[in-house]
Amino acid sequence: MELTTLWFTLIAVLFTGYFILEGFDFGVGILLPVLGRDNRQRRAMINTIGPVWDGNEVWVITAGGAMFAAFPHWYASLFSGFYMLFFAILVGLIIRGTAFEYRGKGDTDRWRRNWDRCLFTGSVVPAFVWGVVVANLVRGVPLDANFDYTGSIWGLLNGYALLGGLTTLLLFSTHGAYFLHLRTTGDLADRARRLGWKLGVATAVPVLAFLLWTQIAHGNGASLVLIVLAVLALAAGLVLDYKDRSGWAFAATALTIGSASAAVFCALWPDVLPSTSDAANSLTHENAAATQKTLGIMSWAAVVFLPVILLYQGWTYWVFRKRVMVERIPVA
Amino acid sequence: MDVLDLARMQFGVTTVYHFLFVPVTIGLSLLVAILQTLWRTTHKSAYLRATKFWGKLFLINIAMGIVTGIVQEFQFGMNWSAYSRFVGDVFGAPLAFEALVAFFLESTFIGVWIFGWDRLKPGLHLACIWLVAFGTMASAYFILAANAFMQNPVGYQLNETAGRAELTDFGAVLTNPVALAAFPHTVFAAWLTAGTVVVAVSGYHFMHRRDLDVHRPAMRLGILTTIVGGLGLVLSGDSLGKVMTATQPMKMAAAEALYQTTYNAPFSILTIGSLDGSRGTPIIEIPGLLSFLATGSFNGEVQGINDLNAQYQDLYGPGEYVPYIPLTYWSFRAMIGFGMLAVAMAVIVWWFTRRGRLPEHRLFWPIAMWMAVTPFLANSAGWIFTEMGRQPWVVFSLYQTSEAVSPRVGAPTVAISFIGFTLVYLVLAVVALRLFLRFAKAGPPDEEGAMATSSPSDDPDKPMAFAY
Repeated sequence: MELTTLWFTLIAVLFTGYFILEGFDFGVGILLPVLGRDNRQRRAMINTIGPVWDGNEVWVITAGGAMFAAFPHWYASLFSGFYMLFFAILVGLIIRGTAFEYRGKGDTDRWRRNWDRCLFTGSVVPAFVWGVVVANLVRGVPLDANFDYTGSIWGLLNGYALLGGLTTLLLFSTHGAYFLHLRTTGDLADRARRLGWKLGVATAVPVLAFLLWTQIAHGNGASLVLIVLAVLALAAGLVLDYKDRSGWAFAATALTIGSASAAVFCALWPDVLPSTSDAANSLTHENAAATQKTLGIMSWAAVVFLPVILLYQGWTYWVFRKRVMVERIPVA
Repeated sequence: MDVLDLARMQFGVTTVYHFLFVPVTIGLSLLVAILQTLWRTTHKSAYLRATKFWGKLFLINIAMGIVTGIVQEFQFGMNWSAYSRFVGDVFGAPLAFEALVAFFLESTFIGVWIFGWDRLKPGLHLACIWLVAFGTMASAYFILAANAFMQNPVGYQLNETAGRAELTDFGAVLTNPVALAAFPHTVFAAWLTAGTVVVAVSGYHFMHRRDLDVHRPAMRLGILTTIVGGLGLVLSGDSLGKVMTATQPMKMAAAEALYQTTYNAPFSILTIGSLDGSRGTPIIEIPGLLSFLATGSFNGEVQGINDLNAQYQDLYGPGEYVPYIPLTYWSFRAMIGFGMLAVAMAVIVWWFTRRGRLPEHRLFWPIAMWMAVTPFLANSAGWIFTEMGRQPWVVFSLYQTSEAVSPRVGAPTVAISFIGFTLVYLVLAVVALRLFLRFAKAGPPDEEGAMATSSPSDDPDKPMAFAY
């Protein structure tokens, strides 16, 4: 395989992994004010993702670093072009990450309420904006001969991109609801299940619309297969959640997010950022890439370290596999 | 104000802010790992209580380090897209390595360590904090290797058609002499910083004569770390200075505002008047010291700003190749001065607390505690000197800062993000500091509480040992 193909695939895998993993912890943050009726319930919810959210976030940091090294032009065009979108994501991630660590360290209601707001906002905003980013990525933007984005922020807020935002927002919320159903007990798990079902139904509309639009406007054979898979998995998730099979329902939304994300990257290929102004200015996996030398070194690093990372990160999920019971949250 | 100024201000604010938390995190992760190891080997509950106490303060810090680190990585693409295109082939690799080798390790195992007290066997749990400590150091190494390329580009060749620097030797990038010298310098600075913080916080409890069984060993460890860090800083700073003189002579000249090439060049501690070379009036001067710092010999030749500027004009074309001298001059002195104050404080505290003594003077501890700000000032000054002393280059001798900004990003966009990030940082700085002080004053958990939450348990009704 060409090294540029390999790295396109790896970066797609990193982003896809990020959406699956951080997807559910965004979902938990979004559902915090909806499902958490009192402080103990909210704490139980936060603690389902407490040990893992930080490790999940590293997926995007690695995706960014890998993009910088393997496709410098892609990294430069994307981050400077989608400037305001990334600004919104970064502010969201900052207040959210701080909220996890600081929320439990104060004891007034006001303190906790403020951090809950940060957690909610810091989850909603990135969950929505990532969809806007991904949609614009596959749709393409006007680029000049230096591959710099020539439009403004308003050009990124088109109908297709906003639909993409709504899709990720709802999909991550559903994914989060199924996760909470899986990882909590009693009343909380039960309400997560019921909400998950409603959310799943509501999610189906934008997901279908967005994926259909993607397939018609940008799709190919591979993306079609993946989109069908994503839709089937979403439907399966609904049934499984309804039947109280929480683990399988969660696996199903993971598959939905995974295949939908993979479909978008397949539709993007062989471009990495198409130009809508002049096709000659499109960034492809070839003209955006680093040298063979750099790609070769990076490939060895990925071959050695990625399996190790997957092993130890998988192990942490095993360590913290027990459900979080509201009753076990220390009263403090 | 144009995009360049705004982008540079944003870079400065983000970097200095990020680096307020980084050294404490590097240093404290090691100290917490040592304290927990002492507990495991001696089974003294005082060490466990110290581990819990310092672990909490460490977590308050690392949270801020993590969230600001993400901005660090993404702002290259956002504000400096031309730079990213130019160096990505060389500069991106160490960043990607950092994520793969270090960041995953830190972020995954910190979660396991925080929540794993009642889930893991004690030895395994201890291994987690050591992995975190190792991860923070590895992280520092890759970042410093990336930065070293900006100070002293190696292992690359210039591709004129592609208009970028391309990697030829990754080993050379990782063993850049600047990185090899800057890494120990940074790690010793981290130890100095964390050590000083430990001395200050323990000092507070010494002053109130509380939990001395817990704070005395921590205090000793803090003093030792500070002094070792300080000595290491002198030695590593000396080698870094020599590497710098060899690779970036302008930076060394700018550190002293030395305009004329001089043998037996003196080092001024204080100067009044302007630093523009016309009439500097040094108040205290140590003869030959600059020559010694730069070359290892008191009679060595140190090239002056004017000669270097003329040389660079011949080499790189017309223009000014002189950084902003007052800033380089004073930041260099601030770095050394504040660092030395921190070491002096540690030595004084050691002397007055030796063999169980407790200083009586009511101002002793307040002064010692306030000294904890000095390493933070020294760290910030050090980075300001390193980065500002390289100007007008972003990659020395290859690429100027003015060419590096994103060409299509407008000033209002950068201004909005600059103001936005700065406000968020300011609010979070106040929150983090107040939280840190509150938990520092609250002191360690009692013995019962510490023991109850630090053994593996399968009892399904027992409250979680740790919960957010």
